Amino acid sequence: MSEETLVTMTWLIPAAPMLVFFLVVLFTNRNKTLSWLLAWGGVFTALILGWTVAMQVVWEFFQDPHHLAEHPVVIADSFAWLPAGLVPNWLRMGISVDALTAVMLMMVTTTVTGIFIYSVGYHRWGEGPGTHPEPGKPNHDGVEPLFSRFFAFMSLFAGAMLLLVVSDNLLMLFIGWELMGLCSYLLIGFWYAKKYDDPKQIRPKTAAVKAFMTTRIGDVVMLMGIVFFYRVFGTLNFSEALSAESLEHGVELVGAASIGLMVLLLFAGTVGKSAQWPLHVWLPDAMEGPTPVSAVIHAAAMVSAGVYLIIRIFPLIAVAIDGIEGVEYIIAGIGAFTALMAATIAVAQKDVKRVLAYSTISQLGYMVAAIGIGAYIPAAFHLITHGFFKALLFLGSGSIIHGMEHGAAEAHDHHTDPQDMANMGGLRHKMPATFWTFLIAGLALSGFPLITAGFWSKDEILAEIFHEGQGEAFAFIIFWMLVIGALLTAFYTARQITMVFLGKPRTSLAERAHESNKFMTIPLIALSAFALLAGFPGVPEDFPILGPLFKQNFFHDFVGTTIEETMVELFGVDLIEQAIESVEFNPFPVIMSIAVVFIGLGGGWWIYSRKFSEAGQPDPLERPLGPLYNFLKNKWYWDELYDVLFIRPTKFFSRTVVYEWIDRGIIDGTLHLIARSVYAFGRYLKRFEEVVISGGVDWVKDQVLVAAQEFRALQTGKIQEYVLVSVLIGWALAVVVLLINSGLFDGLFN
Amino acid sequence: MIPLSWYLIVAALLFCLGLFGVISRRNAVAILMSVELMLNAVNINLVAFWRYLAPEESTGLAWAIFVLTVAAAEAAVGLALIISIYRQRDSVVAEELDTLKY
Repeated sequence: MSEETLVTMTWLIPAAPMLVFFLVVLFTNRNKTLSWLLAWGGVFTALILGWTVAMQVVWEFFQDPHHLAEHPVVIADSFAWLPAGLVPNWLRMGISVDALTAVMLMMVTTTVTGIFIYSVGYHRWGEGPGTHPEPGKPNHDGVEPLFSRFFAFMSLFAGAMLLLVVSDNLLMLFIGWELMGLCSYLLIGFWYAKKYDDPKQIRPKTAAVKAFMTTRIGDVVMLMGIVFFYRVFGTLNFSEALSAESLEHGVELVGAASIGLMVLLLFAGTVGKSAQWPLHVWLPDAMEGPTPVSAVIHAAAMVSAGVYLIIRIFPLIAVAIDGIEGVEYIIAGIGAFTALMAATIAVAQKDVKRVLAYSTISQLGYMVAAIGIGAYIPAAFHLITHGFFKALLFLGSGSIIHGMEHGAAEAHDHHTDPQDMANMGGLRHKMPATFWTFLIAGLALSGFPLITAGFWSKDEILAEIFHEGQGEAFAFIIFWMLVIGALLTAFYTARQITMVFLGKPRTSLAERAHESNKFMTIPLIALSAFALLAGFPGVPEDFPILGPLFKQNFFHDFVGTTIEETMVELFGVDLIEQAIESVEFNPFPVIMSIAVVFIGLGGGWWIYSRKFSEAGQPDPLERPLGPLYNFLKNKWYWDELYDVLFIRPTKFFSRTVVYEWIDRGIIDGTLHLIARSVYAFGRYLKRFEEVVISGGVDWVKDQVLVAAQEFRALQTGKIQEYVLVSVLIGWALAVVVLLINSGLFDGLFN
Repeated sequence: MIPLSWYLIVAALLFCLGLFGVISRRNAVAILMSVELMLNAVNINLVAFWRYLAPEESTGLAWAIFVLTVAAAEAAVGLALIISIYRQRDSVVAEELDTLKY
């Protein structure tokens, strides 16, 4: 395949879905069928082209892995974005495809396509309008009124994510990043008119604003990091800026501490986008959006983008970690803390989607912790496998909710919450396809040994962290935090599956639930294949029995080519402590992870199957845990803390300080003052005009009239009087003339 | 010959008498008569000046005849006006004809 064709294909991968967005918004908004067909067209194009491009890279790897390691970027193209006179190339935008891009493309296009197929069924395409469709509210018995809009936004989102993945520079990545933030806002708030009776329940439109605002904080700091990056390296292009020479030069220029700062600034973007503590609060509330949105944004794509960023700039991070203390602690610390904290919260959640939301936050914490410790490949691996099984879990939860809602419609019960797991039960008989696929995904999430993808990726993270932990106390602590997290993960997963699917239905909603339509179940089945198989490309070489079977750890070697050379060179100039190498097999972490999986799964199943058989019963953990249970259920009260620390002061500032005091008081006050002064001056001028000017004129007029009155008396109408007067005047004139002629007044005028 | 000034003085006296009459007579016809007197006085002046200063030219003579003619015409017109006014207002007293006032 020629270079040009590949370049064109790569540009088309994000372009196709984005084009679909414009087409749907401008032209096909009224036609639901045409809209989803177009949307499918966009993502299927991206799917086919994405896999083609990815396979190209894979093929090159199998041809000559060393060549790929030396030239990791297989497809590249760029153009000068803002040619400016003498420096036309100061900012170039373009695409770049290497091994990491390839695996991301494979994961993102597959999951997104599956979600698009699912969405057609989720929004009940093909059904009639229902009893009372209201745009902006979910329609429980008919097709979604804003169907086309949904697919438009989803397409834009898909285009943005793919743009981010194929981008060759930080700025274009940031553009895709921000676009996804926008789509996240639009899609979380998709049901903008939805209200709840309970005022504590967050509405979708508020959740959308919360998501955008929280990630914005991270984004602003990240932007500072990008600016700093450009300042130090002179370019935003990944290959150029993250090469060994460039990094060396950077460290010389500003020092390792500043590089560490730059990394932390960029990391802030990840903290926001991937919902790490302290900016994790938006993701659980983002569950207010439709389930396909949760699947795509909060499993497969947007939150993955945060981790993708730190994987992309890993050479920079490696230099920072080994260059200065503290960066490692911050990144891995935040990751591990988030992983553990979110897992504890998930244990006490009632809503089926909220459990998954916290699970996502927790798993992202694993990836962040891995990067913090320096485990580049395991983080990437877990990102890929997590995308598959988490999307599957979310889609499954959507199917469950649909089933429960159907049961609610049949039982005419609109007060029981269809998303509350306490109201479910026994769904494995009612919804078998959903059950089995959910089970597979849940096992993958827990890291069920050998047969699930999650095991291989999670195990690699633990293995590498354990290896680091042998020499370093901090990594050792991180290891144990993640192990406990894994225990809790297995526990809450088993809890969820037991509460939802096993046992007997606890309410009539669950009683009358039925399996979802083909649009929804087929993607579930397809994704479960990936949840099972996607782990095998990453089996370590020295893993007992299975290792030699696979001959090489394909994922490790393949994705490793991206930075292999760079890391070797950096090691050569002493900027990092060790080049990237695979870790020797150590049975301890594997045994630990398998042990926690079984203990967790077993424990969860046992507690929830025995003791929780009727609706209305309190959660079996409530009494033993006591006040701790409430602490977990209320999400460690972070939202309440932020409300007091940030939100109330900000509201006070904007409502009182800015609005009342500054805007209405000072600014409006000044304007009103000016207005009053002008009016007063106007009134003064009016008085002046009335009295002085008009008055003066009127006085003159009056005087003239008075004079006229006097002079009128002359006109008596009697001719003889006129004659007399004229004769007298004539005589006077004659006298004067005679006097002048006689020379009396000569001295006066000459 | 008697001095020119005697003729001029006589003419002036007559003129003044006429003027006085115009100003003080009540009846409009009497005013007209006074005007005739003034005009005749002027005529005397004209003829006197002609006879004493340029007797060979007929300019003065012609002018005097002219004035006389005009006076006659004017008297005729004036009387016609007075008759018309009398028919309107039943009065020929000049003092009472004062409607052209303010």
